[in-house]
Amino acid sequence: MNPIPDMTQTLPQAADYIRILPEIVLAIFGMIIMLLDPLMDDRSSQKTLGGVALVGTLTALVSTLYQAQFPGLGFWNMIQVDSFSVFFHFLVAAVTAVVILTSFEYMRVQEIRAGEYYALLLFGAVGMSLMSSAVELVLIFIALEISSISTYVLAGFRRRAAISSEASVKYFLLGSFATAFFLYGVAMMFGATGSTSIVVIGDVLRSGQVPLLAYAGVALMFVGLGFKVAAAPFHVWTPDVYEGAPAPVVGFMSTAPKAAVFAVLLRLMFEAHAPGRIWLIWVVAALSMTIGNVAALVQDNVKRLLAYSSIAHAGYLLVAFAAFPDNGIPAVMFYTASYAAMNVGAFAVVSHFAGAGERYVTLEDYAGLGRRSPILAGALTIFLLSLIGIPVTGGFFAKFYVFSAALQANLVGLVIIGVLNSAIGAYYYLRIIVVMYMREPQLDAPTTPVPMGLGVALAVSLAATIYLGVLPGRVLDYASRSVAELMR
Amino acid sequence: MNTGLDNSILTLVIFVPLAGALLLLVLPRRDRDIRIFSLVITLLNFVLSLHLPVHFHRAVSGFQYEIDRPWIPKPNIHYHLGVDGISMWLVVLTTFLTPLCVLVSWKSIHERVKEFFILLLILETALIGVFMALDLFVFYFFWESTLIPMALLIGMYGHGRKVYAAVKFFMYTMIASVFMLAAILWLYAKTGSFDFTAIQAAIHSGQVENFAGAAPWLFLGFFLAFAVKVPLFPFHTWLPDAHVEAPTAGSVLLAGVLLKMGTYGMLRFNLGLFPEQSRSNAPWIMVLALIGIVYGALVAMVQPNMKKLIAYSSISHLGFVVLGIFSFTQAGLDGATFVMLAHGVATGGLFMLAGIIYERRHTYEIADYGGLATPMPKYAAFFLFTVLASVGLPLLNGFIGEFLVLSGAFRDRPIYGILGATGVIWSACYLLWMYQRVFFGKVQHEVNQTLPDLSGREQATLWPIAAAALVMGVAPLIWLNAIDPAVQTVLTPFTDLVSRVVGR
Repeated sequence: MNPIPDMTQTLPQAADYIRILPEIVLAIFGMIIMLLDPLMDDRSSQKTLGGVALVGTLTALVSTLYQAQFPGLGFWNMIQVDSFSVFFHFLVAAVTAVVILTSFEYMRVQEIRAGEYYALLLFGAVGMSLMSSAVELVLIFIALEISSISTYVLAGFRRRAAISSEASVKYFLLGSFATAFFLYGVAMMFGATGSTSIVVIGDVLRSGQVPLLAYAGVALMFVGLGFKVAAAPFHVWTPDVYEGAPAPVVGFMSTAPKAAVFAVLLRLMFEAHAPGRIWLIWVVAALSMTIGNVAALVQDNVKRLLAYSSIAHAGYLLVAFAAFPDNGIPAVMFYTASYAAMNVGAFAVVSHFAGAGERYVTLEDYAGLGRRSPILAGALTIFLLSLIGIPVTGGFFAKFYVFSAALQANLVGLVIIGVLNSAIGAYYYLRIIVVMYMREPQLDAPTTPVPMGLGVALAVSLAATIYLGVLPGRVLDYASRSVAELMR
Repeated sequence: MNTGLDNSILTLVIFVPLAGALLLLVLPRRDRDIRIFSLVITLLNFVLSLHLPVHFHRAVSGFQYEIDRPWIPKPNIHYHLGVDGISMWLVVLTTFLTPLCVLVSWKSIHERVKEFFILLLILETALIGVFMALDLFVFYFFWESTLIPMALLIGMYGHGRKVYAAVKFFMYTMIASVFMLAAILWLYAKTGSFDFTAIQAAIHSGQVENFAGAAPWLFLGFFLAFAVKVPLFPFHTWLPDAHVEAPTAGSVLLAGVLLKMGTYGMLRFNLGLFPEQSRSNAPWIMVLALIGIVYGALVAMVQPNMKKLIAYSSISHLGFVVLGIFSFTQAGLDGATFVMLAHGVATGGLFMLAGIIYERRHTYEIADYGGLATPMPKYAAFFLFTVLASVGLPLLNGFIGEFLVLSGAFRDRPIYGILGATGVIWSACYLLWMYQRVFFGKVQHEVNQTLPDLSGREQATLWPIAAAALVMGVAPLIWLNAIDPAVQTVLTPFTDLVSRVVGR
C-alpha cells in the first residue's frame, strides 16, 4: 500500500468539499467579519459582528447536519466524515454559538472593541472541527495549530489587564512547546509505521510486532495532547491562563478545544490502536483527578477554582480511555458533551458577574448572590451540581458511564481513586453554592439585569445539562455508533 | 379493587410533591398562599399514599404495586418501583410527617418562604423515591437527590453554625455514598443489570464471577453509606450538628425519615444481597449498635441543649434498629422496622415540640426553661405524651418495637439483649429528667410566665402525632401483619441460621 496518495491524479470532487463544509462556512464567516470590521464605526460594530458570527456558527451547525448524510473519506483520505466527526462538529459549533451569545454583554461591559474577537472564535472553531474529522496526523497537527493560535490570541484580549497578556504569553510559549512534542511524536510514528494516516497506522500496529519507536511516538504525542486538555502533569499553565483570560474565552477554551483534542485522542488511542495505552492513561488520569481536586480545595478565585476543576474533569474523562472501546468511546464522547454544556454555562454566569475589569471573581464576591439575582444563582447552582455529579444532571451520567466502563475493564483501583476524588470535588463546588445562598451579601455590586444573549446562552446550556441528565439514552446511542467506525 | 390506580399509585405518590414544587416555582410570592398550597399538596399526597396500606395484600410476600419500565437502554436502567410491607410503611411515614412539617413551619419560616416549601416538596419526592426504588440505579439517584434539598434547608433556614452543619452533613453522606456507587457499578459490570431482584437472583445462583472475592468489599461499600446515614457509632458526629442548626421541619424529616434511609438500606440491600457477609460481619456491627445505644443515651443525658439531647437520643434509638436487623430473627427484624416507624413519629414529634418552644423563646437551652407546665399546660401534656411514647411506655408505640428487638437480640445472644435493654432504662432517665427540668417546679425565668400556650395550628400539628403514637401502641398488628411477610422474605436466606440458633 502506498501511504502517500498521489494528489496530482485526482482533483477534489464536490463530495470532498461537502466533507469540509462546516469548516468552509466558519472560515468564510470569519473572513467576512475581518472585512466588515474596518468598514464599521466602533459603536455599532460589536453587535453586528457578533450577530454575523452567530449566524456563521448556526450555519455551520446546519451544514454539519447536512454533511452527516454524506459519510466517507475525502481529500485523498485525509478527512473522514462519520457520526464520530459529526458529533464533535456539532459540539464545537454549539459551544461556539453559546460563547458568542455570552460575549455580547461581556465585550460591552469590558469595553473591548475589536471585531477580530469574533473572527478568532470562528477560526478557532475551524481548527477544532477539522481535528475531529482529520484522519491524517499532519492534518491533525495543522488543525491543532489553527485552533491553538486562535486561543492564544483570545486569551490576551483583556488588553488593559496585565494578567491577561501574561496568560496569553504563557499559554503561547508553553503551548508551542507542547505542539512541538506532538509533532516529534508524529515523526516517530511515521518512522515506526511508515505512514501518517491513522487508518494505515492502525492496520500496521494491529497486524503484529509493535516497534519500540511507536511507543515513543505515542508518548510524545500524548504529551502534546495532554497539555491541550490540561491533564496533569502537563497542567501547570491552566490556572494562570484561566485566571487571566477573558471569562467567555475561558468558557470556550475549556470546552471546545478540549473536546476536539479528546476526539484526536480517541482516534489515536483506538482507531490507530496506540500501544501502551492503559498504563499511560492510568497514571495521567489518577494524577489529574487528584491534583485537580486537591488544588481546587484551597482556591478563592472562582476562575482559578474552575481551572483546577477542569484539570480534574480531564482526569475523569481519561479514565474512560483506559476502558474497553465498546463502552469507553461512548463514555468519553458523552462526558465531553455534558462537560461542555455545564462548563460553558458556568463560565457564562461567571462572565456576567465579573463586571467591568473582571473585578468580582473571588468567592467572597459571590456572597448572597442567591438573593441578589436568584435566576443566575439558580442556574450556576445547577451547573455546579452537574460538575459535582448529582443525579438529574448531565454530569452524573457522564461520571457514571466513565466509571462503569472502567469497572467493566476491571480497573477497580482507578475507579476507587475516581469516586473518592468526586467526593472531594463536591466540597469546593459546594463552597460556591454555600457562599451564594448562605452568606449575606457583602458588597453592593450592581445587579445588572440579564441581557437577552446571555439569557439564551444560559437557557441552552441548562437545557442541555438537564436533558443529558434525564434522557441520556439518545446521545449515548449516537455516540455508540462511533465504536464501530473507530474500531474497524 | 381499583386496579387502574394500583399500577400508577407509586408514580403518583412520588411525583405529586415534585409537581407541586414545580407549580410553586411559578406561583406569585404570596407567603400565605404558598403555605396553604404546600399543605394541600402534602395532604393530598398523604391521602394518596394511604391507598397503599388499604389495598395491600397482606398475605402475599414480595413486592406489590410494581411498575417496571425501561428508562435508559444503555446502561440497562429500569424505572422499577415497588413496595413490600417494610417500605410501604416508611413511605406512609414520610407522607404523614411532611404535612406536619408544613404546619410547623407556618410561622417560623418567614423569609424566602417560597424556596423553603419548594425544597421541602423536592425532599419529599426524593425520600419516597428511596423507599420505592427497586432498581439500584434509581435507588442511588433518589438517595443522592435527598442531599441537596436537605443541605440547603439546613444551610439557608437553620440557625447558629448552619453553614458548617450543612456542609458537614453533605460531605459525610456524599463521601460515604460514593463507596456504595462503586459497589453498585461493580454489580452492574458483572451482572449487566441494576434490577434488585435480578441481581439478587444472580448472586443467589452463583452466576456472578469473582463474587466470593469481592463480596466483603461490596458489603462494606453499601454498609458504609448506610452506617453514616443511620448514623451508627462512630460515624455519628454529623448528626448533632445538623440537628441543632436545622430548622424544625428539617430536623423532623432528618430524624423521622432520613435516618431510616440508612437502616432501610441495610435491611434491603446488605441483608438482601449479601446474606453471608451480613452474617459474618454481624458481631462487630451489633457491638457498634450497642455502643451507639449506650453512648447515645449517656451523651444525651448530659446535654444542656434540648435539641441536641433529642438528636443523641436518635443515635440511641437507631442503635436498636441496627441491633434488631443484625439479629436475623423474625422478632428482631419486625421490631427494627417497627422502631423505625415509631421513632419517626415520636422523635419527629419531639422535634416539633422543641421547635414550637423555640419560636417563643429562641433558645433550646434547658436551663432557660423550668416550670413551663404552669403557663403552658397543653404544651406540657403533649410533650409528656410524646416523651412517654419515645421512652417506650407500654400501650404507646415505642414499647412494641423495642420489645420485639430485644427479644430478637436475646434469642441471638443473651448478652446483646441485656446490654440493649439498658438502653430502655437510659432513655427513660434522660428524657424524663429533661422533662422534669423543663416543665416542673417553679417558673425560673420571668419571661416564661407569660408564654402563650399552643395555638390551634400547633395543636393541629401535634394531634396526629399523639393519635399515631397511641394507635401504633394499641393496635400494632395493623402494621406488623404487613411487615411480617416482608421480613420473612428477607430472612429466607438466613433460615438455616435461625433454626440453628433456635435449636440451640
